[in-house]
This record gives sequence, C-alpha cells and structure tokens, in this order.
Amino acid sequence: MNTTWSRFNIASLVLGFAFLYLPIVLLVVYSFNESRLVTVWAGFSTKWYVSLFNNQAFIDAAWVTIRVGLISATFATILGTLGALAMTRYTRFRGRMLFSAMIYAPLVMPEVITGLSLLLLFVAIGLDRGILTVTLAHITFSMCFVAVVVQSRLVTFDRSLEEAAMDLGATPVTTFFKVTLPVILPAVVSGWMLAFTLSLDDLVISSFTSGPGATTLPMRIYSQVRLGVTPEINAACTILIAIVAVGVIIASIANKRREVNRARDEQAAARN
Amino acid sequence: MQKLIGSVTSRLVISVPYLWLLIFFLVPFLIVLKISLSQVATAIPPYTPVLDITAGIRSLFNGISQFTWENYVWLVEDPLYYKAYISSLVIAAVSTVLTLIIGYPIAYGMARAPASIRPTLLMLVILPFWTSFLIRVYAWIGILKPEGLLNQFLMWANVIDTPLNILNTHTAIFIGIVYSYLPFLVLPIYSALEKMDYSLVEAAEDLGCPPLMAFWKITFPLSMPGVIAGCFLVFIPATGEFVIPDLLGGSSTLMIGKTLWSEFFSNRDWPVSSAVAVVLLLLLVVPIVLFQRSEAKAQESEK
Amino acid sequence: MKSLGSFRRKFAPWNDPQAKPFIAIENVTKRFGDFTAVDDLSLNIYNREFFALLGASGCGKSTLLRMLAGFETPTSGRILIDGQDMSGIPPYKRPVNMMFQSYALFPHMTVEGNIAFGLKQDGMPKNEIEARVAEMLKLVKLEQFAKRKPHQLSGGQRQRVALARCVAKRPKVLLLDEPLGALDKKLREETQFELMDLQMKLGLTFVIVTHDQEEAMTMSDRIAVMDKGKVKQVATPAEVYEAPNSKFVADFIGNVNMFEGTVTAAQDGKINIDIAADKMTIRTDATRDCSVGQTVGFAIRPEKIRLSRKEPANSSVNAAYGELYDIAYFGDMTVFHVQLENGRIIKAASLNAVRTVEDPLGYEDMVWVNFDTDAGILLTA
Repeated sequence: MNTTWSRFNIASLVLGFAFLYLPIVLLVVYSFNESRLVTVWAGFSTKWYVSLFNNQAFIDAAWVTIRVGLISATFATILGTLGALAMTRYTRFRGRMLFSAMIYAPLVMPEVITGLSLLLLFVAIGLDRGILTVTLAHITFSMCFVAVVVQSRLVTFDRSLEEAAMDLGATPVTTFFKVTLPVILPAVVSGWMLAFTLSLDDLVISSFTSGPGATTLPMRIYSQVRLGVTPEINAACTILIAIVAVGVIIASIANKRREVNRARDEQAAARN
Repeated sequence: MQKLIGSVTSRLVISVPYLWLLIFFLVPFLIVLKISLSQVATAIPPYTPVLDITAGIRSLFNGISQFTWENYVWLVEDPLYYKAYISSLVIAAVSTVLTLIIGYPIAYGMARAPASIRPTLLMLVILPFWTSFLIRVYAWIGILKPEGLLNQFLMWANVIDTPLNILNTHTAIFIGIVYSYLPFLVLPIYSALEKMDYSLVEAAEDLGCPPLMAFWKITFPLSMPGVIAGCFLVFIPATGEFVIPDLLGGSSTLMIGKTLWSEFFSNRDWPVSSAVAVVLLLLLVVPIVLFQRSEAKAQESEK
Repeated sequence: MKSLGSFRRKFAPWNDPQAKPFIAIENVTKRFGDFTAVDDLSLNIYNREFFALLGASGCGKSTLLRMLAGFETPTSGRILIDGQDMSGIPPYKRPVNMMFQSYALFPHMTVEGNIAFGLKQDGMPKNEIEARVAEMLKLVKLEQFAKRKPHQLSGGQRQRVALARCVAKRPKVLLLDEPLGALDKKLREETQFELMDLQMKLGLTFVIVTHDQEEAMTMSDRIAVMDKGKVKQVATPAEVYEAPNSKFVADFIGNVNMFEGTVTAAQDGKINIDIAADKMTIRTDATRDCSVGQTVGFAIRPEKIRLSRKEPANSSVNAAYGELYDIAYFGDMTVFHVQLENGRIIKAASLNAVRTVEDPLGYEDMVWVNFDTDAGILLTA
C-alpha cells in the first residue's frame, strides 16, 4: 500500500526518531570531550573513561548493580512466568481479580510509592537494608513486566500442542518443560532481559530500599548529577547504554538469524 | 496419581507468585496506610506506635487506639501539599496530551510503513526504553542548560540572541516527560493501528469519504483502545514522577513525587510521607482501575 | 438453429455494434516494481451487465477491480466509466462502490450506521437517509438486526450488510471482490441467486472478481478469463465452456481431455488429427481454419464421451477400447477413468439420470469409449 506511506508519515517518523535519539547521541559524543565543560567541544579524548575506571566508588556500584540485576532478573523471570501461566491457564480461582490487579498495578504505579511501601515493609519485619532488600524489591516490580511479556505469548500458544504431549503420555510437568517452555522460550528470554535492564536502570526504588554498602550505579550517577553535569557521568552513561545496546542487538540478530534459518528451511521443505 | 500431581503443580503455579505479590506488594501498602496514621518520633523506626504482633493482642489494640488523623489534617492545612498534588495532576495531564500529539503521528507512520521495515521501526522505538530513564533525563540537562547545546544551536542559527531559560521550568518537565514516556504511548497505538484492516479505510473512501475524514471517522475511533491505554501508561506514572521534576524542574517546581521524596529523605518524616503516598494512590486509583479495565477488555477481545 | 449451451440469452448488448460500453478499459497496464500485474488490457463492460473476472490468484483480477474503484492508479492506459475518464479521480468521487472480500464492515458502527455511512458522506437529508437505510435493510432481510454491531452477526448476515452498504448509494457500478468467498458451500449457492435477483431488480452493472469458476458460470452474463495480467477470453459462460478459444481456457474451465497432434487430412469440413503420442487419430469438425501439417490441440469434455460395453456402430471413427481404471461417484454424475490400450487415460462422465441401473460398470471392466465428430473442440491457440 505504497500510496499511504506518504511524505507526512516519513516526516513524522524522521522527526520522531530524531527526537528520541538525538539526546542520547549527544550524550555519548560529549563523553569523549577533552574539556571538563560538557557543552563545549574541545577535542576527542578518552580520559574520562580512564578516570571512571580509577574511581573505586563507581566500580563498586557497578558490581552491586550487576549482582542485583542478575539475581533479580532470574527470580523475576521464574515468578513472572508462573504468574503468566496462572493468569492464562487458570481463569477461575479464588482471588483472581486481586491477582491480576497485583500483576498490572506495578506497571503504572509511581515508583516513589512502591519504593516507600517496600522500605516500610523491610523496616517492619526488621530486615536490614542492603543488597538483599534491593534485590527483593527489584524482583517484585520486574516480575510483573515479565508476567505481561510471557502472558502475551501464552495467549497465542496453541494448547493442542500440550494436549498432544499428554495424549502421548507426558505428565503435566514433563509437558511444561518439554513442550510449553521451549515454545515460549523467546518470550521468557526477552522477559529476563527486560527484568535485567529494569533492575540496571532503577533509581527510585533502589534509593528507598538500599542501605550502606548497597549503592547501585544509578544511585551513584544520581548523586553525582545533583552536583553538576560532568563528562565522567557521560562516560558512565555511555557504558550503560553500550551494555544494553549490545545486549539488545545481539538478541535481535539471534532472533533474525533464527527467522531467516526458519524461512530457508521452510523454503527448502516446500521444494522437496 | 497423575491428577494429584497436576493439582499440586497447578496450586504451586498460582500460589507462589500470588504469595510473593501479597507479601511484597499488597502488605507493604497496608503498612504504609498504618504508618500514615502514626506519629513521628525521634527513634528507630522514626514513628510510634510500633505494632508488634508478638507482644500480644492487648498491646496491638493499645497501638491501634493511638492512631491519629493528624498527618492527613496536616496535608490539608499546608497549601504546599495540595498545590503539589494539583500541580502534579496538571503537569501529568498536559504532558500526556503533548505526548499524544507527538506520539500519534509516529505510531501512524510506523503502522503505514512497508511491512518489511516495520519490525526495525518497532525496535527503534523500544530501544530507548531499554536505556536508563535516569540517563535519558540527564541527557536533557546538557541540552537545555542556558549555556547548553540547544541554546548554542539557536544562537548560532541566529534565531535568538540571548539564551532561553528552559531548564528548571515547566517546559523542561514537559520535554522530559514527553521524551521519557513516548514509547509507552507509541506502542499501544501502533499495535491498534497495525491490527486494523486497511480495507476499512478503503471502504470509507469508496463510500465517498475523503482521506482526512476517513481518518477521523474510521482510523482514529478504531485506534481508541490504544490511545486510551497509552495515555494511562503516561499519565499515571508521570503524576508520581520524581526524577524528571528533580533534575529538570529545579527547586521552584512542585510535584508530589518530589515532595514525598524530600519529606522522607530530608525531613525523615515517615508518617507524613506515608500519608502523601496514600493520598496519591487514592488520586490514582480511578485511572489505574480504568486502565486495568481497558487492558482486561483488550485481552477479552484478543481471545 | 444450433446454439452453444443449454439456454437462450435475451440480454446481449456486446453483440450489438450500436451499444456503447458503460465501462471501457483501454490498454491498461499496472506494474508494481518489476512485477506486471495487469498487462495492456482492454475490456468493454455494458450497462446492466453481470460481468465476472475469473482467474487464479495473482492473475491481476483484483488489481483490475481496485483500479476501477480508484485504489490503484494504472501505470498506463485509461478507464472510462459512463464516458467519463477516471484518471485522477479519487475513490471517494467515483460513481462506483465496492464490496470488499473481507466485507470491511466498520466494527465500531451498527448495521444501520454502516449502511448510512456512504449516504451521510453525500450530505443526504436525515429523513431520507433513514428511509433509504430502512429500504436497504428490508432488501437484504435484516430489519431486526439494525442495531447490532458487525461482530454480533453471522457470516451470511455480514455479507448482506456489506452488500446493502454499497448498494445504498445507488452506484452506477457495483464492484464485488470474491463476494461469496467467505461463505460455506450451501449458503454460497443460495446467495448466488440472491445476488442475481438483486442485480436484476436494481438494474445495476455488476463487476465481480472470483476464482471460483462455478460461481462465475452461474451468475454472470459474460466472463473474462484472466491469466498473468491478460484477458484470455471474454465470452458468455456457455461459449467459454463449449467453445474456449485456447488450450489455457479449455483447461482452466471445467474438466477436459486434452490432446495435441498434427492435421493429416482435411475434407468436407472435417479433419483428421494424428495424435502421435497416443498412436491414435481423431476426426473432428473443422470449426477453425487449419491446414494439413499444422499442429493443433483437441479438447473434449468428459460428459461428451460415451461409454459402452458393446462395440459402437462405427468403431473406426473416434472410438477406443480400454479398461475401467478409476470411478468417482458424485451423486448427480459419475466420472470414469478409462485406460486405453495405448496407456492413455480418458475421463468420461455420465449423468445419473435414473436411480437404479441394471448391470452397472465396475472396476477392471473392459469398455468402449467413443464420441461424435462435433463433440470436441479444435484449438489452434
């Protein structure tokens, strides 16, 4: 339908994407700035990266962030997948309304509320604030995102695959691991990646729930930003962006390759 | 035996995430509610009464009798709070409308793009969402500062001769919210438009409807579910936003997320910040319920 | 006088040299990139005609229809409707309406709203719209469904709403893209007759796109058989079936036994064709000009072939002996596959005109097949 792909559409896409990407591009560019002033270009330099790697506080924060991210993403994926299964497979159980409300609400809940309420919970049960509490908090909000991602895949899942497996003698548990999980795996993996980046990026909830010795990278960046814009922060941001970008690009290339292989196999099969 | 395993597993599948959310999502709200009725104290934790279930029913009742509405009265009496609430709602509403005005053409352009490049466009919209919120907001400081890149550019282009003061104004907050939440709005609208059968527009034109009119009568109404979902996805979190007003809005802007943050971290007044959170939640309950309603409806129609 | 087919057609403006075509498609070509969807195509369609574009998917028939509606612009050539050149006229200003294959009913409007939509675009007064909508609802027998939304209707009802919606504007031409494609067989047969009645009653010109030859044969006055962007033949259903102009059309429409051979003798309006591949000779009326030595095709429909256990009276002409190899029973008729001694399989069909048969044919029976010299079709293209 080429007629509808008009100049107006192209213009709005170009402007829209320029708006989305220009700030990030500028941020990355100025991380290589020689000058201490972020906004005045004074030549190419990588010295801010060097100084960043010599900054022990940043390195520590990065470690905390990665550990929290890996652990919370993994647990969030397990819990979120279970939640998605519960939502799609068991349409009738007591408290289902509440359950679906609890899955959807964290998606839009202002972070200050989630952060505050979790903190108050940890205080009430006497849990010392630290890496554990941050991880628990991250699991809680990211599992809901995983649940939504996996659920959208499960809705289109062909149930007769499972019925066929059970008809051939597989127990429900075997069926899940041998049939259901492999089919929904791409959604589960992207759920994990989403949970990991959500954890990597979170500032507000971490600020509420963390304690001494559990400063995450966004918290570190935030406290620096409050003191002013520096190329060092640009460098730290660039590294974070790079990690995420590389991850997403690898995932999409893998996805693309799988699709291409599949298309080729299907063509080959059609020829036979 | 088989059946038994099946029922045990199904119970596990439901109860594990259910319990987790009860403990880490619902119970915390009850605690917030409870503390919002407590009094501030110079202690650890900094409020009284501290309910200790292990101390027995009697002391529990004693504690409950000490509950007070003082914090809520405080919220009503001090204009700072209700001004912050109103300002948050207004800023969120204006930003939502702005996001819609900017986001709809993008979603439309994507949905009408050749099918072969649609996945790429979709990824381009999602990609910024994967980069940290904080970083994306931070990037705007360098652009909007008086000596920032935008002013440098405008002055170089001879559009202005004195730098515009954008940072630390509402305009900066609008830009920040529109920028950060744009993908949330574009995606649901895109998926609504993409699902739409284009022959409906052709049918309208065939029946004598010019293209712009066909857009208003057919395309736009049919994209409404996406528009509604997208607007909620922007409006609700934007109301309680903290990072954007804090970094771009400066000290003069009032937003309730910021107020809550400073009440908690600077004043260490946990009961008042809990009361602020409870009232914010009450304000957002209506849009949140409406949002869930629309999501549930969308899911029903998928089936 | 002998005529093709089994019934006489009163309406035949295409045979009248005075008649002016209502739709004139003149040398229209449509390319999408490298792909030529419609290739230098010319067609005349007459007022009140029921015209079918028939072809396999990808033959360009839908593209041609979309060009008539104005959704695609011809790369070259032009289209005239009622004498007016349509180039540059957008869909919403054309005197044609289209019924979409998917029906394209507006899901957010009621049945009434859908039918009234086009009328509102014309700025028709409100009371007239109401009257027209009521009339349309009555026409398609959906009076009690006026307030329903499309998803609350059955497939057949949706089809009727779509029809009412495009008829409501009283267009000069109605374009129908696979109008019955989404219906099941039984409903399709009923609806065919409803469509024909409607067309007669309203006196409209219908242009229908279909891949279903039975549908095209049943409903239309004339059929254009299309292949690879070109029209292969434009003729009445009977002509297309009984006198196809090419091997492609003969093969595409209905069932056929196809032979290819060389003309060996021509005399008294009859010719002999030597079928080298099957080591046999066919004698047929010389319905087309051909000369000795020319390679020609010969097609014969299964129902034109007689089957018998006894040797036919004149077994030296168009007769052969073979074994019953396969039998397909369809209820109204039975199709027999006979393997001749030379190995060739011939399809012969017989109408089951009676319920009981004395000594019926069975597998592996030896039978004679034969046909008359005017039963087959001589093909030179």
